[in-house]
Amino acid sequence: MCNVCGCGAGETTIDGKAVVHDEHAHSHGGHFHVHADGTAHDHDHAHDHDHSHEPVQGKHMHYHLHEDGSSHEHVHDHAHGHSHSHDHAHDHSHSHADGSVHYGLGPAGAHAPGMSQSRMVKIERDILSKNDGYANDNRGYLAEHGIFALNLVSSPGSGKTTLLVKSITALNGSLPLAVIEGDQQTDNDAARIRATGAPALQINTGKGCHLDAFMVGKAIHQLELKDDSLLLIENVGNLVCPASFDLGEAHKVAILSVTEGEDKPLKYPDMFRASDLMLLNKCDLLPYLTFDADLAVANARRVNPDIKVIRISATSGEGMDEWLDWIRAGCKKAVDRKSIDGR
Amino acid sequence: MHEMSLAEGVLQLIEDSAKTQDFSRVKTVWLEIGQLAGVEVEAMKFCFDAVTRDSIAQDAKLEIIETPGQAWCLHCAEVVNVTALYDACPKCGSHQVQVTGGNEMRVKELDVE
Repeated sequence: MCNVCGCGAGETTIDGKAVVHDEHAHSHGGHFHVHADGTAHDHDHAHDHDHSHEPVQGKHMHYHLHEDGSSHEHVHDHAHGHSHSHDHAHDHSHSHADGSVHYGLGPAGAHAPGMSQSRMVKIERDILSKNDGYANDNRGYLAEHGIFALNLVSSPGSGKTTLLVKSITALNGSLPLAVIEGDQQTDNDAARIRATGAPALQINTGKGCHLDAFMVGKAIHQLELKDDSLLLIENVGNLVCPASFDLGEAHKVAILSVTEGEDKPLKYPDMFRASDLMLLNKCDLLPYLTFDADLAVANARRVNPDIKVIRISATSGEGMDEWLDWIRAGCKKAVDRKSIDGR
Repeated sequence: MHEMSLAEGVLQLIEDSAKTQDFSRVKTVWLEIGQLAGVEVEAMKFCFDAVTRDSIAQDAKLEIIETPGQAWCLHCAEVVNVTALYDACPKCGSHQVQVTGGNEMRVKELDVE
């Protein structure tokens, strides 16, 4: 039997006393139930009620799952204008794996008489919309200034900072650039970057596991970036969370080192899917390892068929030219686009 | 644990709409979470309880609507169901699939007073 409204397989109404809308009160007609055994019924039901209603538009489709495993659904029209706060606990067309479909039983669902009226508010907004808003601001600012921004993501220890230091050294001042370093604690990485002569700003996220667009926006303005420059953002070493947070970058670049596992792209698919380029780092160590580089690339392409891959070694310099060429091409594009948009 | 940040994002959306829609208590929050959104539902529930303490959404019930993962298979030229980002097309076995649905995470509706 439905543990809230009292209707159950084979029963024809839900008017029973088990209805837990204590003082709650509304009447809605035209419930149509179809049970798993094929029987169907219509019913109206009514409850006492002590609060006023606001019109709610449209129809709600309800889906009931009973304890005995049978289910039924029904549509009811809200044209009569109540906002019954779902205390009668018709589940909104979704059921849960654990079988609990009624949300009206707990204290949060119980209707409190005398309180202001309950109603439904449509939100329909992405949870990350705040972050995405800041990211769009960042992206707009970067585009306006012809700045090419990369968000470097990887596990801790993949060699991100070493790769950045070597890249900055190899660019040898040919491109104006700045670095934003993200770590939970310490400014060690920013210090390593500053030792190359490049401006670097450390963001310590404290307990946070990723950079977000708001933090990066503040850092961008604090760094006073040059027009037509390169911005390298080294995210917190974490292959999970940074995947979801757009910072306003042109590309995410995933760094996978060959001392990790070939199956990392499969284990952490979100990150490899979100990235446009994968740098397979520490390739100088391949002769000493059983790591299958082709398999790692194939796995990355299973998750993201379009991902570009560069095999690289910050130590031996293998692949550095291709990586730096890719950066230069991106920078040129950012500058070109700025002059087109600025015209 | 980016579910903690996501839960904070949910609370921000709730607080924003409390100002515009004028309500003082949230009883139920419906989230739509795609199967491919990279969100662990249990962790989300845990974090939601933590971040909503002493807020207008304290003790609010969190209802999660899970939406299935869908992708466009370039070979089959049709939408197929996938359960993970690394899934091949269930029909032809190709990995040339582009996710088209099931990666959303949205606050859909609130029951408020």
